[in-house]
Amino acid sequence: MTKEILIFAEVTRDNYIHTVFFELANKAQELANKLENAEVNALLISKPGLAEEYKEAFINSGINKIYSIEDLRFETYCTDYFAKAAIDVIKEVKPEILLIGATNQGRDLAPRISTALHTGLTADCTGLDINEKGQLAATRPTFGGQLMATILCKNMPQMASVRPKVFKPAEKDIIKPTEIIYKKVDLENIPRCVELLEFQKKLTNSINELDSAEIIVAGGRGLKNTEGFALLKEFAKKIGAAVGASRVAVEMGLASHEMQIGQTGKTVTPKLYIACGISGAIQHTIGMDKAEKIIAINNDPNAPIFEIADYGMVGDAFEILPELIKYSFKTDM
Amino acid sequence: MKIVLCVKQVPDTSDIKWTENNTIQREGLESIINPYDVYAIEAALKLKRSYNDIEITALTMGPFQAVDMLKKIIAIGVDNAILLSDKKFAAADTYATGKTIGTAIREQVSNFDLIICGQFAIDGDTAQTGPSIANTLNLPQVTYVQEILNYENNTITVKRELDDGTEIVKVTLPALICVLKDYFEPTRAKINGIIKAQNTEIRTLGFDDLTLNAEDVGLKGSPTYVSKAFRPAPKEVECKLCENCQELAEKIKICGGLND
Ligand SMILES: Cc1cc2nc3c(=O)[nH]c(=O)nc-3n(C[C@H](O)[C@H](O)[C@H](O)COP(=O)(O)OP(=O)(O)OC[C@H]3O[C@@H](n4cnc5c(N)ncnc54)[C@H](O)[C@@H]3O)c2cc1C
Ligand SMILES: Nc1ncnc2c1ncn2[C@@H]1O[C@H](COP(=O)(O)O)[C@@H](O)[C@H]1O
Repeated sequence: MTKEILIFAEVTRDNYIHTVFFELANKAQELANKLENAEVNALLISKPGLAEEYKEAFINSGINKIYSIEDLRFETYCTDYFAKAAIDVIKEVKPEILLIGATNQGRDLAPRISTALHTGLTADCTGLDINEKGQLAATRPTFGGQLMATILCKNMPQMASVRPKVFKPAEKDIIKPTEIIYKKVDLENIPRCVELLEFQKKLTNSINELDSAEIIVAGGRGLKNTEGFALLKEFAKKIGAAVGASRVAVEMGLASHEMQIGQTGKTVTPKLYIACGISGAIQHTIGMDKAEKIIAINNDPNAPIFEIADYGMVGDAFEILPELIKYSFKTDM
Repeated sequence: MKIVLCVKQVPDTSDIKWTENNTIQREGLESIINPYDVYAIEAALKLKRSYNDIEITALTMGPFQAVDMLKKIIAIGVDNAILLSDKKFAAADTYATGKTIGTAIREQVSNFDLIICGQFAIDGDTAQTGPSIANTLNLPQVTYVQEILNYENNTITVKRELDDGTEIVKVTLPALICVLKDYFEPTRAKINGIIKAQNTEIRTLGFDDLTLNAEDVGLKGSPTYVSKAFRPAPKEVECKLCENCQELAEKIKICGGLND
């Protein structure tokens, strides 16, 4: 029997397939090659019509089968309905491995599935591999990023969740003759105890779109006050960067929680990360150390941030930032 | 309303020391209450301040020393506490933890209405235990709760903070919520709270007090296991320091693709 790696294809609120799915699909190809050429399949729980609408995207990302469960009640995410649908299909197709994006939705859903199926789930993995015994070896940071652990699972499916941007999507299409397999689930006896009354979309402008930014300029306690952050924002605007912050800066009220980067904030992977007045505590760097290049500005030459930075300047951010703002950069308006 | 508050004692991860063999030195490692569980406590205390007839039971599974943490929680206003402690419970993953805690709540806290967990624990940081308890008890769950807005007619209305925006959600009790919050001023213990804590007996339960099989708990009951633990490799970079802003600006241009 062909082994299957199943990937949960999260549908976002505006009905797109979440980018983390394509990152997982690419990683899963690599795992499949080490697992007797297992099939890489997708689980799509959505309102009617989406499997057909996105078929092309699945064909291009190397998916063999899309298990699609369509129902009007899946229009917006709700734990009970989605868990029931996922569990029913997984019990039937019996995948070896189940991968889920560690998004808000994925982190809400995955532990319900794993507990119901009496299996293990390794959260927020940063590495996935197949070991010599054909098991999923899931590596993740623990103890606030100070220790890495490789975790195995003795039951099936072996489940793992992965944060967006940890893996890369395929650089070129991996074309497979994808087949849609429609599944039916019975939602009649599932009580709907959670009711969504209101949703307020976060207002985004280029300043806080950390997820997609090529360049991030982040500030910490060293920027001291709102003037410091105003300088930071002015510089960010000048070079077309998004603005991030350390937790201390958030706690000081200089930045909002969405701007926080690190263990309890966002994980970002820009081309360039410029840290101003940030010491580089492990809880912060775990969220940004995968940036391609890191530049640090700090008045303490012994700040740990210099240990992970490619370039740096020792000095007062209140002197350096105004100087930098004077230079001309390509994005100058 | 009867609230069960799940709290975990965690090692202070900001203060880790290493042994010669690159393992974490566990002796002398300071234990703290998981910071997210402090938010859970605050959420429960806020309900207690706003409504009548609220009884809060704190529950933790862990070594016997966790009694001290529970006493501190009682000192700031929680009514009573349960400690689940047994050698058989040790080394449980989130599946076994969820099952053990869920079973304890079902059997030992009659007619509970609301279970409040933290969103994550900073040692494991899995965010799985809450949903796993909910699943064990077949309860609806709401994760990423930032604030409880209202409680009436056997429902609570909560605000969820998500990556793409804010949701207002109503959930019928009994239910489980996992809380997350930015920043707040934690409640401090008052003198009569401290006296009460000293006089309160912490109910301690072990494996024999619960209807569970030995295969369901601790290491045996855990589907996952650690095959290897290691220190992350330090990034091999040599930081080149710039002498002046001119040089720094050049580096920013090159790295950021901002050359004219
Ligand atoms: C469970 C837990 C989770 C956490 N999660 C996060 C997280 O998600 N994100 C996060 O960021 N932190 C997190 N932290 C906090 C983290 O441990 C650090 O406390 C925090 O990152 C420090 O912020 P900082 O670098 O801004 O401040 P500090 O550590 O105080 O550093 C300020 C730096 O600014 C420099 N400086 C001062 N003045 C100037 C000046 N005029 N010009 C230039 N440089 C100057 C100083 O030399 C210093 O290096 C967490 C902690 C815990 C315990
Ligand atoms: N041993 C435990 N005892 C009590 N509550 C726990 C325990 N482990 C986890 N929890 C609860 O589950 C939440 C999430 O923990 P975790 O899944 O480990 O990230 C915590 O914030 C606690 O509320």
